[in-house]
Amino acid sequence: MVCLYALFIGIALIASAVLVWATGGDWRAVLPALINGSIAKPGRWGQTLTEAAPLLLVALGAIVATRMNLVNIGQEGQLLIGAASAAMIATRGSGIFILIFSILIGALGGAIWSSVAAVLKYWRKVPEVVSTLLMVFIATQLTGFLLTKKSLLLDRSADRPNKTQTSGQLAANTRLPYIHIFGNDISIAVPISVCIALIVVFLLNRTIWGFKLDMVGMNARVAQRFGVSERSAGIIALAIGGALAGLAGSFMFTSGTANYRYTPGFANNVGWEGLLVALVSRNQPLVAVVIALVFAGLRTGSSFLASTGIQREIVDVVRALLVLALLLPPAYVFLRGNLHRDKNKGGK
Amino acid sequence: MDPTIFASAFTPLLNIASSDTMYQSMIRFAVVLAFAAVGELVAERAGTLNISAEAMLISGAFTGAVVSDHTGHITFGLICGMLAGVIVAAIQANLSHRLTIDQFVVGLTLNLFVLGLALFLDARFKPQTNVATKWRVPGLANIPIIGEALYGQPWPMYLILPTVGASWYLLFRTRWGLEVRAVGENPQSADVTGIHVNRRRRQSIYFAGLCSGLGGAVLVLAQIPINGFEAGHVGLKGIIAIGAVIFGGWTLRGTLFGCLIFGYFFALQQALPSIGYTINSQLSGALPYLAALAVTSIFAARTRQPRALAQPFIRGLT
Repeated sequence: MVCLYALFIGIALIASAVLVWATGGDWRAVLPALINGSIAKPGRWGQTLTEAAPLLLVALGAIVATRMNLVNIGQEGQLLIGAASAAMIATRGSGIFILIFSILIGALGGAIWSSVAAVLKYWRKVPEVVSTLLMVFIATQLTGFLLTKKSLLLDRSADRPNKTQTSGQLAANTRLPYIHIFGNDISIAVPISVCIALIVVFLLNRTIWGFKLDMVGMNARVAQRFGVSERSAGIIALAIGGALAGLAGSFMFTSGTANYRYTPGFANNVGWEGLLVALVSRNQPLVAVVIALVFAGLRTGSSFLASTGIQREIVDVVRALLVLALLLPPAYVFLRGNLHRDKNKGGK
Repeated sequence: MDPTIFASAFTPLLNIASSDTMYQSMIRFAVVLAFAAVGELVAERAGTLNISAEAMLISGAFTGAVVSDHTGHITFGLICGMLAGVIVAAIQANLSHRLTIDQFVVGLTLNLFVLGLALFLDARFKPQTNVATKWRVPGLANIPIIGEALYGQPWPMYLILPTVGASWYLLFRTRWGLEVRAVGENPQSADVTGIHVNRRRRQSIYFAGLCSGLGGAVLVLAQIPINGFEAGHVGLKGIIAIGAVIFGGWTLRGTLFGCLIFGYFFALQQALPSIGYTINSQLSGALPYLAALAVTSIFAARTRQPRALAQPFIRGLT
């Protein structure tokens, strides 16, 4: 099994190297740049850890929903809504209480946004795959709209440059604190996210609620016979997914992703990548912690790629190839087991 | 009340209703959507909720743009766009219906992969495309308002007619189509009667790839304001096509009608600023997606989806 993983990852890496080489880039420069950008250069691994936190939170939300076979792929939008609603509160005041309150509001915003999809699913039978995805685009436009009105989210300070469309900057005492270790700055969001991962593990594996989710996911009809409502379980699962994505958004905002401002391209694919983290970790919250680190490393590493003359988009390709490589081995083993069984049956 | 207020409120609406460019762009959006939606319909009748329709559109669009730029032939662009769609379909089909990986996982990964690949390659190739020449049906194209929209489009647009005809014939008049529909309703029974369930599902995805790839190529080669490839041009049209299929209750007629409606909203979004009816650009940008969501939620509960939609088939597992 380990050999299979190594083989497929190797193939994915070779494929991406060939791609870089074929488009005229220097494929040998890619790996050192990625390593320098993600861990090796001073201060970079703290940055990587800080970027891993929102990825992990988004992934945890996706994992909860997947436990009951719900496919929520709208985390990018939920994250945007979360960040925007946190920004609306946080830029209006200052102090630790405003900070905590705004983070909670961010989580609530994400939860409400994803609950719309849940309500549409159980009330109007709209597949959640379609509705969550469509709501990403609506969220992008809606948060863009919020940025056009001073009464909503646009920077209200008088010295705002005329053309900029960002929110006001967060006051210095309303920001998430950083931990300094070995010359690296790690946002306090990192330990919080790991704690949330542990809580999710406990909830899913050790509580009746987690068992109910599993039951609905495996067979909704049986679950109903045992008195578990698919509807309420589903709405709660999707709402938790949205809340965690919203939390990721508000953590990003309050730990200074875009210089403590809400900007039009704020989410920057964190929602999508967090979803990939969940897929690759095969819905194991603790595995997701590791995978989130790897993906965050790819993100921070890619910022060093520009100096090598290779487009940053190659990282998207490498990432997707890696995801495919990590998905294949279990399926391959499963398939071979099946063929084996059929052959045995035929023999008898 | 002053009657002129009424008049001024209705003038923009009247302008929209009587503007022939509005109908032209509506038909163009609808046709691109229809390519994807017709393929999607076949895939969904076989039981795959194929969200990689988006990836197929993107690959078709990008390949179509590059090939037609390099060879100078629009026909080659269209053919290679179709092939690119089929390649994406091959990945989706074999991963989800041979290796039994979750179809949404595969589709989502493919959507991200193809978009990333297209953007990466686009920075190198930067294809420049020319819009295909228009075919004007003599006489009919001169009908006021709708004539130009229906009978004066760039010629690749008309490929939708044989596509729709072929998929109707395939799906509803051949043994293959009957088997595809059986596989989507009750794979276990279909399996017992000797139909190779996953093979039919794979074939239906190939068909979807063919249609969507062509649709993507048509998008870049026959939309008037488009020059070259930009990811924003596809902009979730694959997903909106899924919405059209749901809206149409998994029938061909309804699906096409859904494409017309969503095409109308895309055209409206484009037309609103140019006719001086300014609403906030962000809000009008959300319009097609909001409409898709609203329309889907009105119609999804009233229709019956294929019973095995989005459920994997593994023999021996009920």
